[in-house]
Amino acid sequence: MSATTVVETWTEAPLVRYVGQASARLVVVMTPSGQVLAQHGFARAMDLMSAAALGAAIMASSGALAQLLGEQTFGALFHAGVHHGIHLAPCATPRGGLIVLTVFGRETSIGLVELFYEEFAAALKRAAPVDQVREPVLAKDFEADLHRSLTSLFRR
Amino acid sequence: MSEPLQRALDRISRVRGVRGSMWVAAEDGIPVAQLLMEGVKGKAVAALAASLARKVSGAAAATGAGRVRFVQMEAAGGTLLVAPAAQDLLIVALADSRVNVGLARLEMIRAAEAALA
Repeated sequence: MSATTVVETWTEAPLVRYVGQASARLVVVMTPSGQVLAQHGFARAMDLMSAAALGAAIMASSGALAQLLGEQTFGALFHAGVHHGIHLAPCATPRGGLIVLTVFGRETSIGLVELFYEEFAAALKRAAPVDQVREPVLAKDFEADLHRSLTSLFRR
Repeated sequence: MSEPLQRALDRISRVRGVRGSMWVAAEDGIPVAQLLMEGVKGKAVAALAASLARKVSGAAAATGAGRVRFVQMEAAGGTLLVAPAAQDLLIVALADSRVNVGLARLEMIRAAEAALA
């Protein structure tokens, strides 16, 4: 399965375009707490939730390290593997800060992913509804939110 | 930026019609060193040049043409020239329609050899 599915519909058009332009294999658009808003390419809910949680944790760790060094943020992170690379970057929108995790293969390059990520981030910013601020995720709602997200994303 | 790479870019950029030149990491499509006129989008040129070089190399390999030594792409807005160099680098030049491609090619190949000798 390589479909794009979204929880929040305003993310869909920019995500579909980004996936096509950057030739990304997997993409997750999430909140800094790891709540998934949209995804492309994941076949299993477990993989998606793991990727989102780990991506959010990496951004939180690097953000804390940046603060220790007196930086506001380090911006995008890039890790290169033999067969895959990952690009993890923040994106500010009127709906609040988001994190985008992109997994790509050798058919594209980090240069192309970065190039098209800038367009994607700008498109998300334009598409985000300005009149709604996201509610913080509370522990008591977490399971229900997670279940709702998985249902939307995997049509179950 | 290391001096030999900078010197190579200086030489290429002196060719009439060249609007910018850069060293690009072939695998990543990221600029390593660049000398560009104002308004030239270095990141975009680097990413697209590396992508072009990879695709042309793939096509050359598939058809048995061997190693690609030079790529020239002419478009309405200008010309993109790419020469693979050692150490997994590409030397890339962006030029307008006035460019003498032969001269630019010569300078690029010389520069690639001199800088990475």
